[in-house]
Amino acid sequence: MTRAFFSALLPVLTITAMILAVWYVGAFSLNSKWSKDQAARAGETLTVSELIASTMSQDRPRLATPHQIAIELWDSVIDKKVTSKRSLVFHGWVTLSATLLGFVIGTALGVLLAVGIVHDRAMSLGVMPWAIASQAIPILALAPMIIVVLHSVGLTGLFPKAIISAYLSFFPVVVGMVSGLRSPDPISMDVLHTYAASRWQIFWKLRLPASLPYLFTSLKIGIAASLVGAIVGELPTGAVAGLGARLLVGSYYGQTVQIWSALIAAATLAALLVGLIGWIQKLTLRRMGMD
Amino acid sequence: MSNFVIESKDLCLNFYTRDGAIEALKDVNLSVERGEFVSLIGPSGCGKTTFLRVVAALEEPTSGHVTVNGLSPDMARKSRAYGYVFQAAGLYPWRTIMANVQLPLEIMGFDRAERIDRAQSVIDLVGLSGFEKRFPWQLSGGMQQRASIARALAFDADILLMDEPFGALDEIVRDRLNEQLLDLWQKTGKTIGFVTHSIPEAVYLSTRIIVMSPRPGRITSIIESRLPNERPLEIRDSPEFIAMAQQVRAALRSGTTDD
Repeated sequence: MTRAFFSALLPVLTITAMILAVWYVGAFSLNSKWSKDQAARAGETLTVSELIASTMSQDRPRLATPHQIAIELWDSVIDKKVTSKRSLVFHGWVTLSATLLGFVIGTALGVLLAVGIVHDRAMSLGVMPWAIASQAIPILALAPMIIVVLHSVGLTGLFPKAIISAYLSFFPVVVGMVSGLRSPDPISMDVLHTYAASRWQIFWKLRLPASLPYLFTSLKIGIAASLVGAIVGELPTGAVAGLGARLLVGSYYGQTVQIWSALIAAATLAALLVGLIGWIQKLTLRRMGMD
Repeated sequence: MSNFVIESKDLCLNFYTRDGAIEALKDVNLSVERGEFVSLIGPSGCGKTTFLRVVAALEEPTSGHVTVNGLSPDMARKSRAYGYVFQAAGLYPWRTIMANVQLPLEIMGFDRAERIDRAQSVIDLVGLSGFEKRFPWQLSGGMQQRASIARALAFDADILLMDEPFGALDEIVRDRLNEQLLDLWQKTGKTIGFVTHSIPEAVYLSTRIIVMSPRPGRITSIIESRLPNERPLEIRDSPEFIAMAQQVRAALRSGTTDD
């Protein structure tokens, strides 16, 4: 282990401890009303320690406590078979597969649009306003319509969710790639002009390699957006499976612990995906001598 | 067909800006013979770089015309008539020195074996043997500029156009590179067009010095070198060298008296 790791450990632990403390205090104050009401209804009075114990162990707390979420996570990730409908791994995979497919579609679309925008004046004037407008529409309003329209042409399940993912993830890729493809300085461009290089040669030898650092930054934003898209896409589908379905079912039945554990699972998944791209970025740029 | 490698007749070039037209070049007439080392010297804004860029078809003249090897600059570029060295090395950071030098050869479609052959021989020529696998940032500024000269030499064009290639380097490195460039010119017999704002550099390197002046950018005098072709660094302390330097300085001053 490096020294940097250990010197970072203390501040991280301190902040984590503070968050947990605030969380427990919040859980106590938000959940105590229900505990008091229950006790009053039964004609009992609670001591302070009884009250605290009660607020920490409700089935449907207003604010679930960290240890309840941890137990639920353990239960639904480790204890359940991955094929079980109650396994978070199963639901996580459903969301992940839509995320990855959407991310691939969105990235491909984003790169293609960026290449067009950089090489064609009409496209650079015409496409960008639409791309920006597309992101100004709340995805929550659009997602049900995409699902309905695709359903009517026979597309259901994974694909409509992936389209919503792609819808959110193409935009950062377009913006990043346009900047990246335009990033070579005038001398680097002139060098190729003196060799009478064609537009394609300029693209492959200069623009594309120069754009890679920009692309990776965009991909990190894009994959997180893809995950959000997949989860949002699961909300209006009748909630069969996926992390979005877990959120929806949890909110129908007031299962706050389940909601929180699905949220933690989604956050963990996002962190892993972004971390994975960061790792690929590091390897690629190091091989290119640009790290 | 003319005998001149580079020939410019009544060349004019205007840049149009918000404040109106700027005469970057006005009535530039110049003929360069094969094997000459011609330096263009003058204050900034005198059009020396612009002239070199017109020869390289990186700028379009407003009127007049330029031929390179008897062809238009654009055709000459397509026939790979010249190598161009820029003010900054302009090496691609994701390519090793070897791969950077091979870049023009890849563009021009040389096969792999010949690419490696040619790149290696120009890398050796500029004294970068052993650094082939390094990336540009691992090299000093002087070595980077040498790599960019190797890149311009890789496809063995007859003409070498150099735009203040050593301007950003310190004097010690510059002296050494000047000496090596002269050596290279004598070995290869190339025609060199060299832009500089350093009087000693111009006098030391050139067979002919073109003195230019700004507003409008024009040639104010042409000075033939009286120095022998064999030029050790010590020649710069000789009376002929000092006399030529004074002549160039006087020509520069008379061209800019109206400032």
